[in-house]
Formats: sequence, C-alpha cells, structure tokens
Amino acid sequence: MSTNMSNRMINLLVPAIAVILGLLVGAIVMLVSGYDPVAGYIALWQGIFGDSYAIGETIRQITPYILAGLAVAFAFRTGLFNIGVEGQLIVGWFAAVYVGAAFDLPKVIHLPLSILAGAAAGALWAFLPGLLKAKMKIHEVIVTIMMNYIALHVVNALIKTWSGGGDKTERILESASLRSEFLSSLTDYSRLHYGIIVALLMVVVMWFILEKTTTGFELKAVGFNEHASQYAGMKIGKNIILSMVISGAFAGLAGAMEGLGTFGNMYTRGGFTGIGFDGIAVALLGANTPLGVIFGAVLFGSLKYGALNMPNAAQIPEEVVQIVIALVIFFVACGYAIRLFLTKMSKKKGEK
Amino acid sequence: MAKRKFGLALSVLLAAGTLLGACGSDNGEEAKNEGNNSGGESSSEFSVAMVTDVGGVDDKSFNQAAWKGIQEFGKDKGLEKGDGGFDYLQSAGEEDYIPNLNALARRDFNLVFGVGFMMQDALDEIASQQKDTEFAIIDAVVEQPNTVSLLFKEHEGSFLAGVAAGLMSESKKVGFVGGMENEVIYRFESGFVQGVKAVDPSIEVDVQYTGAFDKAELGKTTANRMYSSGVDVIFHAAGGTGNGVFSEAKERKANDPDANVWVIGVDSDQYDEGAVGDTNVTLTSMLKRVDVAVKDISEKAMNGEFPGGEVITYGIADDGVALADSRGAIPEDVMAKIEEYNEKIASGEIEVKEYPEGKEPK
Repeated sequence: MSTNMSNRMINLLVPAIAVILGLLVGAIVMLVSGYDPVAGYIALWQGIFGDSYAIGETIRQITPYILAGLAVAFAFRTGLFNIGVEGQLIVGWFAAVYVGAAFDLPKVIHLPLSILAGAAAGALWAFLPGLLKAKMKIHEVIVTIMMNYIALHVVNALIKTWSGGGDKTERILESASLRSEFLSSLTDYSRLHYGIIVALLMVVVMWFILEKTTTGFELKAVGFNEHASQYAGMKIGKNIILSMVISGAFAGLAGAMEGLGTFGNMYTRGGFTGIGFDGIAVALLGANTPLGVIFGAVLFGSLKYGALNMPNAAQIPEEVVQIVIALVIFFVACGYAIRLFLTKMSKKKGEK
Repeated sequence: MAKRKFGLALSVLLAAGTLLGACGSDNGEEAKNEGNNSGGESSSEFSVAMVTDVGGVDDKSFNQAAWKGIQEFGKDKGLEKGDGGFDYLQSAGEEDYIPNLNALARRDFNLVFGVGFMMQDALDEIASQQKDTEFAIIDAVVEQPNTVSLLFKEHEGSFLAGVAAGLMSESKKVGFVGGMENEVIYRFESGFVQGVKAVDPSIEVDVQYTGAFDKAELGKTTANRMYSSGVDVIFHAAGGTGNGVFSEAKERKANDPDANVWVIGVDSDQYDEGAVGDTNVTLTSMLKRVDVAVKDISEKAMNGEFPGGEVITYGIADDGVALADSRGAIPEDVMAKIEEYNEKIASGEIEVKEYPEGKEPK
C-alpha cells in the first residue's frame, strides 16, 4: 500500500521537478546573457495567463497539440511509431478547408462534414504506411517520413491549382467555421474556437477505444507482444492498419482544427508546421496515455504561445527565449532520470 | 522514512509555488504601471513598430530592410527602442502573426507595419478590430480604412539586374533562384528575364524555385547545380534561402580565385554576404527600398497625413527599387548601359512586364 502511494507521488513529482529545474537553468541562461530572468518569467506567465485574450490564444494553441499528441500516442500503444502525423495533419487541414469552402450546406451538416473530411484525409494518409507495414513489413518510420514530404508538396500543388496560381485557398464558409462570436467576445477577440471541445472529446474517445473495447485490447496486445498476440489468434496485420488509420484520423483532426478554427484557410507552405513533430514529444511526455497527452499539450502549447510575450514585454531576444523554452522541455523529457533518482532515494530510505 | 523525503520535496514545491505566486502579483502592478507610462508617452510622441514574417529580423534581406527603416526613423526623431518609441516582434510561424500584431496594437504604437504578403489575412483581421491603430502592409493589399498597402515594382529593379547579368556573363548562361512561387517573386523573375533578353536574346536563363524562403541548404544545392552546368551569374530572390547561393559561390571562389562566379543580391545591399578574403562574389544587389517606404509612411503618419485605405507603389521613378553600388565589380561601360535602361524605365519608354511568360494569372 505504501509503495503504491509513493509511486503515485513520484508520478506527480517528476513533471513538477522537471519544470522547475528547466526554469532554473533557463534563468541562468538569461542571467548569463544579461537579461532579467524574473522579468522574463513574468512575461512568460503573463503571455500564458495574463488576460482573457492570452488565455484564449493559449487554449487555441493547445488544441492541435492535444490531437497531434493523441495521434502519436495511439499508434505507440500498438507498437507503431507514427512520424507521419505532420503529413497527415497537412492533408487533413487541406481536406477540411476544401469541404468547408466548396460546399454550401447548413451548419449542422457542414461543420461535422468538414471535420470528418479532415479526419478521413488524415486516416487515408496513414492507411498507406499501415498497409505497407502489415503486408510487406516495410518499417512505418521510413514510409511515414516520406509521406510527410509527399503531403507537403501535393497540398502545395493542390492549393496552387485550386486558387489558379495563387498561394492560398479560399476562406471557408461561415457554416463550416469552428469560431464563434461568443468565444471571441469572451476572450477579447482571441482566435479561441470550439476545436478544444473536439480535442477533449477525442481524448475520451481514445481512452474508450483502448480501455473499454475488445479492439482496443487487441491493439494494445499487439503493441505488447506481436508474436504472443498472433499465437492467441489475433490478426496482426488488421490491427496494425487499424491503429494507423485511427492515429491518422486524430492527426487529420488536428489539421482540421487549424483550418476550420485558427486560420479559416490554408497557405502554401515552405516547410512543415512542426505541430506533428512536437506531437511526438507531447505523447512521450504524457507516457502515451490520453490524460498524459493533455498535460503534455498544455505544457507545449502554453510555453509556445507564452514565449511570444517574452520579447514583447521583457525585451528578451527571440533566440534566448527559444533556448529557455527548449531547456524546460529538455528537463521534462529527462523525467526518466529524475524518476530514477527519486526511486533510488525512496528505496534507500526504505532499506533503512 | 520515505514519507519524510516526500514531505521535503513537497515543501520545496510549495515554496516554488509561493515564489511564482509572488511573481504573479508583482507583475500585475507592473503591467498597470507600464500601461500608464506608455499611455502618457504615446499621447505626446509618435511611436512605430513592425512584425516580421517567418524570415526573422536578421534575414539580411526584406525584414532587415524594414527594421533598418524604422531604426533610422527612430533615430531621426530621437525615439528609443521600446514602448512609446520603436520596436519589432518576430514571428516563428504563421500562427504568430495575429498575436504579434495584436500585442503591438495593444502597446499603443501609433503605426504598426506588417512585413510580407503572408501577413495579409492576419493584418486584415487585426486592422478591423483595432480601429485606433494605423497599419501598413508591405507586398500585399489590405482594404481597410486604417491600413495603407505598400507595393514595389520589383520587376523594374530586376530588369536592371538582368541587364547587369546579361552584360557580365561570359558563359552566356545566367540563373535565377526564387523562393516560394507567388506574385511577388514572379515580378523578380519576369523583370530579370526581360533584362537579360534585352541585352542578348540568345543568353540562357535557368529559372529555379526552391519553394522556401528559409532554407539555405536548398539554395546552396540549387546554386551548386547551376554553377556546375556553366551558369556564371545567379540572381536570387529567395530571402534566407539565398544565403545558401552566396555560400556556394564563396566556396567556389575560395577554392579557385579565378572562378567566374557572381551573385546578385536582393532586397538589401548584400555586399557583405559575398566577401571571400580580399575578393567578393557580389556583383550588385537589387535594392528593394523597404526602408525608404517605411520611413516615408512613418513620416506621413507622424504629420497626420496617414494615407489610410490607399495602395502606394514604389518603382524606379520613386527610388523604391534600384541597383546597389557594385564597388567596382561592374566596369564603367556596363554601368553606363545600365544607367541608360534605368532612365528608359523611369521615363516610361520601356515597360517591364509583371508576370513571366506563361505565369500570368488566369
């Protein structure tokens, strides 16, 4: 009983200590570079929670991180490393914007349809690597990385064709928008949109699939031990494909949130959004659990958005800010080392 | 025993929490004070700020030119960096444009510049919300009563760059490295190709787009391919990607001081970029005087003559585009020819087309 308690304690303490350590080392970096760390962190805090606008924008930033994190985490539970979240996000973004702009439907149909289009596009983009893995044993990491580039350039070309040589798509119709007057006025014109509800809903969906369904049990079993699962009569190939498809759907949704909520259209891109890659870190921070992903996404999203305020309010240059933020993330990612340290300490105490 | 250790850890946590909490209450007051200060200052003085696009303020090109303009304006008027004076914010991604523009408007800057066409939608949205702030956007058109849109005739300046490249090329092969394909970069390509062809229609122009403004490594491989295929002058219109063109040319020059490799810079005078020991690979630079435009608009806004809702275009005739000092890289007789074309364009005798052949909007 007592060891259980301490395990739970450690689980709570590790991220907290990691964040504090990261902030401390970040403060040293700011001091050495000749900036005031207190002013810097005040600016960071203000940038995240300072007023209703900042809170709205922070939540807006967290939304795609939750979905990208879920996408990586879900595949991981089946033993698959989905590096292709970035590409699935980009095709999902485009598909959602396309459906949002090209059709004229009442909102009750249009909005869900656009969101589903994003999810479907992401799922389709992940289906291919899943199929190749299941049928031909081609490693999903390689295929998904390549699919990222294909997604980026195919979508760029599609935007060009659709807009007749321009560099952005049409705006989505009001009936497909996740934004609302209400949220906007609540947060002083921030771009907060209903996507956060979709994201939280998906957290529940992931938990439900994994913990409450036979399919989820099979998926996890394949993740734990492929051969044992096969011996137990599970179809490995089917489960791999299914896992990638669901993971891709989450990623596609992340893109749909950007398209239907934050931006309302899509630009041709010179490079990746980075959200998909950050999703890997979010999932790892959250130990690939649905609730953990929320924690990871909140941390990533808050830091990313709040950091914008550090040059703004404390005159700390962007470059130093990036180092500080990276340090915090680094220490959180090092959670394992801190955990080891804590367990050792508590064990020693126990022996005495 | 284990429990005591955790108790200790917990108390550390609590202590940290109180510390952070203290920070929180502190800064509330500070923010208020700041608000008062900036409010008082901005009523008596004029302040101006800008938001960079993803290239960043030190892109040695477009954003840097805008920031230079703002700094010079600030110095002229005795302003200081920060609230009530002049400042900039950098954007790491497209999602940062709106928060950044909004942050500057909320800090009560009188005039806020959005640098780059990518900021078009973001600036449109913020300008419609922050009606008391004046905005200016560079390279795009935003139709709002409190926004002025600044465009450049890059095709006119690039025409001169094309003339210089055409006259200086020995291999009769020149190259163009673009960033992302869009209307603005098309103007560079179109002008350059027309300039080259005006000198000698038989000269080959290798046109390549890298698809990005921030990928120096792509610029380098593209330049490598071009120089290897016999191209000797490359004009880049690719922002940070163009820095890779410079590094490739410099490497070639360093390995073989007699190599005939040249780069024509873009937006700012990129002479410093091309230095290799005592020599330099920069032939000249096509200056897009964003700094001139920025100072011009700041001046007007300060005097209460802000041209809100207008679209202002800067061409050769308005000193909006020009070639930089070649510092001896271009001989006198070639300079004379360039000057000839310069006058013809300024007087309207030559009309440079905005779009490259086959890339006109449908």
